[in-house]
Amino acid sequence: MSTPVITAPRSPYARRKTTRGNFELYGWVFMRISGVVLVALIFTHLFVNLLAGEGINAIDFAFVAGKWASLPWRIVDLIMLWLAMMHGTNGVRTIINDYAEKDRTRGILKVLLYSAFVIVVVTGTLVIFTFDPCPAGADPALLADFCKQL
Amino acid sequence: MPKAPGTLYRGREGMWSWVAHRVTGVLIFFFLLVHVLDTALVRVSPEAYNAVIGTYKNPIMGLGEAGLVAAIVFHAFNGLRIILVDYWSKGAKHHRTLFWIAMGLFVVTMAGFLPRHLMHVFGG
Repeated sequence: MSTPVITAPRSPYARRKTTRGNFELYGWVFMRISGVVLVALIFTHLFVNLLAGEGINAIDFAFVAGKWASLPWRIVDLIMLWLAMMHGTNGVRTIINDYAEKDRTRGILKVLLYSAFVIVVVTGTLVIFTFDPCPAGADPALLADFCKQL
Repeated sequence: MPKAPGTLYRGREGMWSWVAHRVTGVLIFFFLLVHVLDTALVRVSPEAYNAVIGTYKNPIMGLGEAGLVAAIVFHAFNGLRIILVDYWSKGAKHHRTLFWIAMGLFVVTMAGFLPRHLMHVFGG
């Protein structure tokens, strides 16, 4: 007598490959990595600008020029600008997805959000790259002390 | 300890820290948009930047800055707590303790920041 072959009642379960990619996963991981970096960057930013020396009273054009005359501060501020805007934009995107139920409302809000992202990031980046701490023809009283030596 | 009504996620530290994280996050984001654009005035002229920054140097804006820093410090420590809940194997078990540690750090940080900032604002 031959052994009867029992066929499997159905094909084994295979998870269907998602076609949408892992965008949301990468976004989730990005929020955590950028979050840790931003805590360090922004706490430093707040300490230097609000607590050290004269605090907010010291902030004027010469103060900004004093920081951005040095390349490391420009790099730090550029990284902070990009990370903070990406972190914030992704956070607000999540909130829009949670609360705006109509497709049209969600679409409009996201167009506004991404426009704000592009305008602010492009403006901020251009300013950091093209900033002149001692602009020619400016009132010397408003400039940092080191401009006098030029 | 009274049990939260409804689902496991409703009410208490878990839900309210989530709500506060969203509220402070949106607040900080809108401030950031304005902050980058007003700082961009350094590219226009020293006079333009100083004029706008000058309008911020009054007690009302000074109190606003204190509120902004409070929002940032909360978002920072609560964010670190979220990361621990996600990645630390015992994070979810101790999430309530972690929340109160984060709040303790918030109070300590603000106690260090507020007196000095308010002295700058009110000229003490």
